Amino acid sequence: MIVLIMADQIPEFAPTFRFQWEAAQNCHVVLYPEGMVKLSQSAEEILKRCDGQHTTAEIIAELQQAFNEQDLKNEIEHFIEQAIKNGWIRYK
Amino acid sequence: MAGLDINNGKPLWLLAELTYRCPLQCPYCSNPVEIANYDNELTTEDWLRVMREAREMGATQLGFSGGEPLVRRDLEELIAEARRLGFYTNLITSGVGMDEARVKAFKDAGLDHIQISFQASDEELNNYLGGTRSFQHKQDMARVVKKYAYPMVLNIVLHRKNVDQIRDILDMTVELNADYVELASTQYYGWSRVNVEHLLPSREQLEQAERIAREYQQKMQDSMKIIYVIPDYFENRPKACMNGWGAIFLTIAPDGSALPCHAAAQLPGLTFPNVKNHSIEEIWNESDTFNKFRGFDWMQEPCKSCPEKEKDFGGCRCQAYMLTGDAANADPVCDKSPYHQQLHDEVERIGRLATEQRAEAKPLIFRNMKNSKKIIQEAV
Repeated sequence: MIVLIMADQIPEFAPTFRFQWEAAQNCHVVLYPEGMVKLSQSAEEILKRCDGQHTTAEIIAELQQAFNEQDLKNEIEHFIEQAIKNGWIRYK
Repeated sequence: MAGLDINNGKPLWLLAELTYRCPLQCPYCSNPVEIANYDNELTTEDWLRVMREAREMGATQLGFSGGEPLVRRDLEELIAEARRLGFYTNLITSGVGMDEARVKAFKDAGLDHIQISFQASDEELNNYLGGTRSFQHKQDMARVVKKYAYPMVLNIVLHRKNVDQIRDILDMTVELNADYVELASTQYYGWSRVNVEHLLPSREQLEQAERIAREYQQKMQDSMKIIYVIPDYFENRPKACMNGWGAIFLTIAPDGSALPCHAAAQLPGLTFPNVKNHSIEEIWNESDTFNKFRGFDWMQEPCKSCPEKEKDFGGCRCQAYMLTGDAANADPVCDKSPYHQQLHDEVERIGRLATEQRAEAKPLIFRNMKNSKKIIQEAV
């Protein structure tokens, strides 16, 4: 699968996956049939913003500001690409 | 299927076997052969408490299973509460007892995922193995499940009688738009152990099946995930059964007995604590049964000094018991087990029976209450 990351596209969670906070794991997780993936804090911060309201460019800008860093673009785009390949999120 | 690979010592996976009643009679059913002894089912209130307590301990995945869970009239209520508690809710069903109104009601209750089993890709074999005319209905229900936008898993248990139709089976799952396909080679517990001579495929059949499964995995990789579970009788390394005893899995049988895996009831010398008398926390943390094969201290040689013990936990306790008479032995699938050759010989023997068609001389024992009662009586 080839995924093109476009700055003006809006990612949202796929209806076949669930993203939620798990107190017992002390982290956010992605849930799917009979499985669970624990998320790192950076993954969580990106996925929280894949809410169907923000473009990729806005997500990058917002995170760079929140964490006071200027070079997160590649890392975030790479993660979004993986998350689309995994089927967790999709472009609207 | 896709595992929960993280172990914080919590019962992450709660399998709720709501009932052993089932309209189907599959002769490879993994339920215990003593299903007729389980007529004292938990009440709705019991299940609500079990779900709440397991969730408090960190359980995330909840499987409604059976028997056929659709038989329980309180299923909608249980799903709604499970979802409210934050579980990811899986319904594991034959599709018999389902209709569109119920699929919609489950959606309204918050059900996350539906898994439907097929016995075969052709109507005649499907209906013969299930002992019911269910094939068309299953197909209709699979379409309804997709109509309501659930992620759908189609599960097909593979054995000698259907493994040669694997290509047709996969074409059917493509046509039905499955998101995941579980091709589960029969594991020999419960009823399938009784019928092993009818069910064990040949090595040639398996090699062919695996080749076709890999071909479809490649071809369908962008739209459908195919999980091919190899039959471990043909392997040399044991499976990491249940990710270790009492590590992440908790099964509650219809009568409320709590088990570290759904096949464990057969193990001798163990008392399975019941949720009617104990909290899930007591059962999980304190019961002798859940601590019995936890960790590594219980191991004997060759497991004890094995560098792979943290990977496979010595394999399956039930298989060790069934094939060696001692549940603390290494799983004989492991070629370090002194019983491995014996298992290998048994597989060869069944292979010869199959080629000579002598296996067919013995009747296939279908999974139903009548046959269960008979097996219980004969054991006494």
